[in-house]
Amino acid sequence: MTARTLLDKLWDAHEILRRADGMSLLWVDRHLVHEGSHHGFAKLAARGLPLAAPELTFAVVDHYAPTKNRDAIADPAIARMIDTLRQNAAQHGVRLYDLFDPHQGIVHVVGPEQGITLPGLLINCGDSHTSTHGAFGALAFGIGATEVAHVLATQTIWQRKPKAMRITVDGSLPLGVTAKDIALAWISKLGTDGAQGHAVEYTGSAIRALSMEGRMTLCNLSIEGGARFGMIAPDDVTADYVQGRPLAPKGTDWDAARADWATLHSDRDARFDRELTLDAADIAPTVTWGTSPEQALPITATIPNPDDLDPAKAKAAAEALDYMGLRPGTPIEGTAVDQVFIGSCTNGRIEDLRAAAAVLRGRRAKVPGLISPGSAQIKAQAEAEGLDRVFTDAGLDWAAAGCSMCVGMNGDLVAEGKRCASSTNRNFRGRQGRGARTHLMSPAMVAAAAVTGCLTDLRKLSGGMG
Amino acid sequence: MAGWTTHQGQAVLLPLANIDTDQLIPARFMSTPRSAGYGDYLLYDLRRDAGGALRPDFPLNGTPQASVLVTRRGFGSGSSREAAVYALIDAGIRAVIAPSFGDIFASNAVNNGLLPARVDAQTHATIEGALQAGAADISVSLQDKSLRMGDLVLPFQLDDAWALKLQNGWDDIDLTQHHKTDIDGFARQRHQTAPWAWPAAMD
Repeated sequence: MTARTLLDKLWDAHEILRRADGMSLLWVDRHLVHEGSHHGFAKLAARGLPLAAPELTFAVVDHYAPTKNRDAIADPAIARMIDTLRQNAAQHGVRLYDLFDPHQGIVHVVGPEQGITLPGLLINCGDSHTSTHGAFGALAFGIGATEVAHVLATQTIWQRKPKAMRITVDGSLPLGVTAKDIALAWISKLGTDGAQGHAVEYTGSAIRALSMEGRMTLCNLSIEGGARFGMIAPDDVTADYVQGRPLAPKGTDWDAARADWATLHSDRDARFDRELTLDAADIAPTVTWGTSPEQALPITATIPNPDDLDPAKAKAAAEALDYMGLRPGTPIEGTAVDQVFIGSCTNGRIEDLRAAAAVLRGRRAKVPGLISPGSAQIKAQAEAEGLDRVFTDAGLDWAAAGCSMCVGMNGDLVAEGKRCASSTNRNFRGRQGRGARTHLMSPAMVAAAAVTGCLTDLRKLSGGMG
Repeated sequence: MAGWTTHQGQAVLLPLANIDTDQLIPARFMSTPRSAGYGDYLLYDLRRDAGGALRPDFPLNGTPQASVLVTRRGFGSGSSREAAVYALIDAGIRAVIAPSFGDIFASNAVNNGLLPARVDAQTHATIEGALQAGAADISVSLQDKSLRMGDLVLPFQLDDAWALKLQNGWDDIDLTQHHKTDIDGFARQRHQTAPWAWPAAMD
């Protein structure tokens, strides 16, 4: 039998049929929906079709979830978006993690937390960061509204199999360097379209050493390098995370699942269409300087001069620097920030909050900031550990869970021209608000920026290395 | 969705790389129902000043009749928001020509009758050159995957399955319903061989 990649195995396990033109019809094990899925539900209603598999569909309030004053939502457009999801979930018999549910949170945090996400599943959601779930060895990818309607109506999806790409990271990550930095490092190397058309499998000793939280951060950011899919073969770290979750398999099902999951890895001789190898030791705490995640540099670097760049990228770089209000040739470290944000499906998990708290403990932030945990459960856990006090003692706001300032749909925005150190996934123009200037980095690096009021190499701060 | 085979219109140059879906339609407009129309939101913050007035120097603003957008690499990268495609369609755009597209965007585009025409670097440079003086007539053929501008005949790349889908205006749900027996059989078998793949009963 020919050697297969993890992608091959997951694809084969879900392929109902393949047309002569190469398009595969795939079975969808889990469909996650949120307020933004309203277009998909509207298309279903327009056809008068029932939901194919309510028991495999899960709804979460996250994109528009207020992080404060949930009792009285001031903006009627936001209230309407949430009510529409409630109506659609109720009408179709879908489990909804609503605003006051103790398990509410960001869809890509809640799925894993509740055991909705498992190795070996195909998971779809109308959100590009669905690649997050690939951290469990799942085939997980974001879809648009027409595809959402298709999954709602048929529990299947058409897809052409992507090419297989492997990113190997061997060695030990230096202190203060995280999964976020691995992601920004490879994306800055290959570009935001570097992995277009590919499914990325991450492997190597540095990946094996990551916690599930770190693996989720890495797979989450795959889409920022153009890959609709990111994945990591499941191992004991994965199983330990999954076991005992509310919707995870139990008893004999658990044993059968473990046996199946043990086969979910790329065979030794499996061929990949593309390979990239990184040495973990070469990766430094990384920050973005521009308006695309590929415009990232080690914190020790200087802001590039567009004239020195690849001519194809020079114009975009000059425009980005203009938008960001930065001068070429000056060190990126020391750039003054106006505010900070920690949260999002990328870096809003408990490990992220612990890393930020390790930097902030006993210190005061020089700039205001918002911390929105990835889920209500993480919020409760952080409070049990006293992390909320570390943040509020530092002068930062501790709020409820949701997508919040990563995308600003709930009204948590960065004002025009303001500079924000952010643990999120996109530094696009206007992403955090019209004219907002976003610098992406790890949560600990955001915390370091809060302490000094400027972009800072956290390795220079005591406690930052934890 | 109506299919189409050829399109004749005006092409306009938008020489920017990585126009992501957040730029195509900023998040704050996404609570709008589709029936209200998304055309006015297209590239809202790039096209308009802080007061909401159209910037006279922005390419698209001088050519409201343009139906083909010629732009640079990474068009539609980022978020899966199909609203980005709605904004283009509702603004009258039928085809976007670029060296590369975000994977999810391209798929959303085809699902709504919008052509994401990929061109190689040389072709792209030729088209950009032809549009330096301003918008120009263009003819797009899905049948032979070609673009015609004056005497120029240039190729573009598109998945064959997508070309057929655009031409026929197919809706995947209709197609998929023909495979119901296969789908039901697959689900039954998966339930038998991998019962763990269904959510466990809550304790």
